[in-house]
Amino acid sequence: MDRQFPSLHRLRRTAWIAFLVAPALIIMVTFVVVPIISALAFSLYDWRGLARGAFVGLENFRQVLFQEPFAGWTRNAFKHNVIVFVTIMVVQNATGFLLAYALFKEPFGYKFHRVSVFLPVVLSTVIVGFLWKLFLHPLFGLVNQVLVGVGLESLALPWLGDSRTALWALIFANAWHFVGFPTLIYLAGMQRISQDHIDAARLEGAGEWNMIRYVIWPLVAPSTTIIFVLTFIGSFNWFELPFIMAGLDGSPFGSTDVLGLYFYRTAFGNQSAGVQDFGKGSALAVLIFLVIVTVAALWTIYLRKREVEL
Amino acid sequence: MRKARLLAAATVAGSVIATTPGIAADLTFWSWRQEDKSVYEELIADFQKTNPDTNITFEAFEPQNYQTILSTALAGGTGPDIIHVRAYGNLETVAAPGYLRPLGDDVDLTGFSPLAIAAETMREDGQLYAVPFASQTLVIYYNADIFAENNLTPPETWDEFLATSQSLLDAGVTPLANGTQTAWQNEILVGALVPSFYGAAFEEDLVAGTATFEDERFVGALGKLLEITDYLPRGFTGIDYPSAQQLFLSGRAAMFAGGSWEIANFRNQNPDLNFDIMPSPAPAAGEPRLVSTFFDGGYAVNAASENAEAALEFLRFTTTTDFGNKLAAKLSNISAVPGVKFEDPLLAKIAEFNQTSASYLMLVHFRYEEPSGSVLLQQGVQRMMAGEATPEEVGKEVTEGIATYHAPFQQ
Repeated sequence: MDRQFPSLHRLRRTAWIAFLVAPALIIMVTFVVVPIISALAFSLYDWRGLARGAFVGLENFRQVLFQEPFAGWTRNAFKHNVIVFVTIMVVQNATGFLLAYALFKEPFGYKFHRVSVFLPVVLSTVIVGFLWKLFLHPLFGLVNQVLVGVGLESLALPWLGDSRTALWALIFANAWHFVGFPTLIYLAGMQRISQDHIDAARLEGAGEWNMIRYVIWPLVAPSTTIIFVLTFIGSFNWFELPFIMAGLDGSPFGSTDVLGLYFYRTAFGNQSAGVQDFGKGSALAVLIFLVIVTVAALWTIYLRKREVEL
Repeated sequence: MRKARLLAAATVAGSVIATTPGIAADLTFWSWRQEDKSVYEELIADFQKTNPDTNITFEAFEPQNYQTILSTALAGGTGPDIIHVRAYGNLETVAAPGYLRPLGDDVDLTGFSPLAIAAETMREDGQLYAVPFASQTLVIYYNADIFAENNLTPPETWDEFLATSQSLLDAGVTPLANGTQTAWQNEILVGALVPSFYGAAFEEDLVAGTATFEDERFVGALGKLLEITDYLPRGFTGIDYPSAQQLFLSGRAAMFAGGSWEIANFRNQNPDLNFDIMPSPAPAAGEPRLVSTFFDGGYAVNAASENAEAALEFLRFTTTTDFGNKLAAKLSNISAVPGVKFEDPLLAKIAEFNQTSASYLMLVHFRYEEPSGSVLLQQGVQRMMAGEATPEEVGKEVTEGIATYHAPFQQ
């Protein structure tokens, strides 16, 4: 039958595949592809509010990349995204890995610890941001009250108002919030490692360090790939926490500004300071998207190769 | 043929009769004034006494996102019939794309202050788009009880202001509640505390294009702010706007630099707080004490509204003294309607302060394009107050930023 009607068979097969793929494809196209393409189109026009003006080519890109003060703001925000990314990679993910290893060894009460490490992850960023903003308040905050209480008054800084500490305070709050996530992924990765490997290593007399370095770390490489790429995307999309804790302007004077905040206040305006500029806002959105896609794609390829080598 | 013509005439006549009172309509009215909803509903009920067939539904949105919600709705071809719009640059964002109906001769604004009308006029076409509703004034609030307890009288000159602050500090009271963490609070400090130093003449020169923000009058005024850093709360760079309000409301701080919109809010939050207001201190005895003022917004009609006539009728109602009096009495607004009586002693004081005023500079003149003067000044003052920039640097930065689109600064 099939041989007699190969085209019909193929048609049915194609229809079936199309039927299965279509819903996901339609959703992706409507909510991802179309907005990205329209942002690209928007970025080529001059805008007044939400009304489109003349076609200006790459002028918006020129302004946000090369014309002061916009270029300076873009560089400043980009630099902070990089700092956020590197710090979160090192601090949050390393802590996550070590916590995962500790939990993997199933110490006393590990079930309780497993839940408590992950618990903050399920809290809303709004709550976490608000909570840490209160904790870090220069007058009423818990952190400074404790510091004053133990006689370290000189260390009781206005954490979120000091340009030297504000970004680090945000990163710290972020790490507190999300450290459970890499922990969970690494823990799952470790639990997938065959017990034989671990027993073999132990028989060979491997200590903790060698165990981590030569057995655990290479074998959780797939988890590392996922975590690294998600950390990168998350750091460059960082918005909620700085918005809640530092405000739309990246206070104080841009020391907590990141691309997400800069994009939002450029495109949608800042009620107490600026006006809406959809053109430059879209240009920023396109640039953020390009950075994320390019780096995430190249890095995924590299990390996948690494998984095999390890 | 004749029959058809008759029929057509009858239909036209019929429809004219049906719509001439023009007022049988269901209108929507959008605003960002969430806390004023009940008063607006009362005002709408007043309007309905003479226009019983017009129903108006008042809807208020979160202020920070109002502009985005509104322009999105308008761009999508929907949006309300009556629109509470802001003034200056934000008005232009909505008016320039043609979303608002020019008022022309439809509404009579005789007697309104020219500044109020300018605030709701688009610079490009010179058309008026909204009936101005209220102005705001930046003043210094003070806690009268704390002043009395410490035998202090409200200071009149800058030196007295510093001396008063020092006495308060010595008595263990935080003199000024303000902090600099919330960016726009920095612009408020400039507009509330030191306008008497740059003065109204500086504004005239600025508008005429003969002065920039590097002018020594402005830079000198900014420098004055550095003299108050000891009198702000400990860790003031980390104090945000709500914390500053709370410090003043709870009586932990004696003064607060802020806008007239705080009056209603302060009274609601702490009815027992005995507070009063004063204009910015004079540079020397006998010199004028200025306040900064700006217009808050107005009532406009959606250009796409199918009930424009009914909406315009409501706008005409907003120009009446009855409307203005109620706005003043119930919402503590400095109504823009001419001839409004301010029964409230604080409002009466503000109306008097307004006789000696300068504009809230950046909002009124330089918040039309990016980078807006407000963004530049807020960041600059924030940096200056943290000790990381000099007043000269701030003046230069602000001027250079605005110069990217403002020709008179490009020398």
